[in-house]
Amino acid sequence: MVLPYIFFYLFSAIVIASALMVIASRNPVHSVLFLILAFVNAAGIFMLAGAEFLALILIVVYVGAVAVLFLFVVMMLDVDFAEFRSGMLQYMPIGALIGIVLLLELLLVAGTAYLAPEGAGSGVLPIAGGIENTRALGQILYTRYIYLFQACGLVLLVAMIGAIVLTLRHKPGVKRQDIAKQVARGKSGLEIVKVESGKGL
Amino acid sequence: MVSEFAGFASLAPAYPELLLALGALVLLLMGVLAKKESAPWITGITIGLLIGVGVLIVAAPSEGVIFAGGYINDGFARFMKALVVAGSVFALILAVSNAEAHGLNKFEYPVLVVLATLGMFMMISANDLMNLYVGLELQSLALYVVAAFKRDSSKATEAGLKYFVLGALSSGMLLYGASLLYGFTGHTQLNEIAQAIALGDRNAGVIFGLVFVLAGLAFKISAVPFHMWTPDVYEGAPTPVTAFFASAPKVAAMALVIRVVFDAFEPIAQDWQQVVIFISIASMVLASFAAIGQKNLKRLLAYSSIGHVGFALVGLSAGSLVGVEGVAIYMAIYVAMTIGTFACILALRNEDGYVETIDDLAGLAQNRPFVAAMLAVFMFSLVGLPPLAGFFAKWQVFLAAVEAQLFILAVIGMLASAVSAFYYLRVVKVMYFDEPTQTFALPAIELRVVIALTGFLVITYYFTIGAPLSQWAHTAAGSLF
Repeated sequence: MVLPYIFFYLFSAIVIASALMVIASRNPVHSVLFLILAFVNAAGIFMLAGAEFLALILIVVYVGAVAVLFLFVVMMLDVDFAEFRSGMLQYMPIGALIGIVLLLELLLVAGTAYLAPEGAGSGVLPIAGGIENTRALGQILYTRYIYLFQACGLVLLVAMIGAIVLTLRHKPGVKRQDIAKQVARGKSGLEIVKVESGKGL
Repeated sequence: MVSEFAGFASLAPAYPELLLALGALVLLLMGVLAKKESAPWITGITIGLLIGVGVLIVAAPSEGVIFAGGYINDGFARFMKALVVAGSVFALILAVSNAEAHGLNKFEYPVLVVLATLGMFMMISANDLMNLYVGLELQSLALYVVAAFKRDSSKATEAGLKYFVLGALSSGMLLYGASLLYGFTGHTQLNEIAQAIALGDRNAGVIFGLVFVLAGLAFKISAVPFHMWTPDVYEGAPTPVTAFFASAPKVAAMALVIRVVFDAFEPIAQDWQQVVIFISIASMVLASFAAIGQKNLKRLLAYSSIGHVGFALVGLSAGSLVGVEGVAIYMAIYVAMTIGTFACILALRNEDGYVETIDDLAGLAQNRPFVAAMLAVFMFSLVGLPPLAGFFAKWQVFLAAVEAQLFILAVIGMLASAVSAFYYLRVVKVMYFDEPTQTFALPAIELRVVIALTGFLVITYYFTIGAPLSQWAHTAAGSLF
């Protein structure tokens, strides 16, 4: 039973180390790559905690989409990170303040779970035993909340229609490839000219 | 955990929503697959679809609570949905011949109107904070897009952006309130929240939640102090879109306010009544005075709609059956008057295009006597002069306020109404007594039909639809108590 502990400390150590490297490394591309490493290891911790759905979503959404987007932005835009760093001392106090608040909040969450452990499992919809949580989520999403699930789909559809309506422009005069038309073109509009050598047209 | 699917019959109360959702998808596909110039006939099919949904709501009622308590269809919901459908249909009809000039000649416009209508239906039928929010977002997102639909006009773009930013802010407030309510009562379903409040004592968290939820909803009905976006959005958006904004979404949001205060906050009526009375008085007074200086007709009507929301809330403040009945009747008459007025504005066209300022109306009576007469009727009705419909709307809500001993509210309302008479009558004065400076084109046939129909209803309200409408509003309001 010592194996989970070993893995927990392994994942945690890598998460903390790579999180440090995200802010410490000089090259922004390296920062993003370390961020991805932190995400993957955080997913490992979720997996150990029995939240396999969350673990996979973290990899799919954060590693697959968000981090890659970051990478694109960092590589496409010529951001001068050295300049960002120059004002670091100036913003240090407020940064430290936010860090302390965050730490206190995390301690409160962890402390509550330690002081009142009976509160941890009292969700509104407790998961029935013996069902893995992907299935449990699916069962509630497609039965009790089917109406909301479908409505959210429609909200996304509206967002898509809106983005297209407000930005897509059909430019006149753009020539697109139309193979059937090109093949069936025949000889109209074509002229064969005999050119004498050395003279040109 | 696995529940049996009980067949489509169990979904009967939600048939209107299902029909709208499927219709929107089919229309979207047809629009994409059609070669070009699909906008006119897609608009036609959309109007047919909406009328079909309206008939389904009125003629084949199926009431009940489904989707694990999150969705409710009762008499009140049916009344409000019928009003919303009427508003959407007329807004689409108003856009038919003016589509080109207002940049609405794309098939996405009717599809977005259908999706917005679906969102409004979901709002009206929401029995759970989550359903409420998703419905509200579906409606709002579609409305943001149609506000900016004329994307080459900087005014329309500004309107869309302003509406979007402020709407997102209001959604944030609504969600914050909803999270407080969930945190302090442990429920998201409206009637369960009411039970939890009734059992526990009323604590500060619930009151905070109540205030934030009402603030978020006040944004959507554009009640003071959350009205700032209304004049700019109404002025900037294409006129047929403004007609839509001023009618259907207001009805849906008002229905939502009524449902939330009566279903979720029934045990703490004192607390929500304070809030509603405050925003009611603020809306009536501010709108009456702010509208006086307006030169643009659409801005004028924006302030007018803010004021009318204030008057409708007078009925809600009473917190009684008569009050809700009054609000229902008020919204019905308000929709008729608004559609009619906007049809008149769309009918005002000279060689240069559409006129929108009050000064341009000079001498309309000599030029287009029919439009001028009807616009005058709508203005008199908006003031609330008997025997026009607007008088009976105000009569109902003030009656409820007086019955609930809210004398000060009623007196302030009547004074605000008297002040508002000034700017409505100024329009009539300009039309009839100023020298004509230009000639107006003959309005399109469907505009004249809409003006004549709404004008007929407004003039003959007492003798024709008055009694059946009151009867229906009475049954609708009764389903909430």
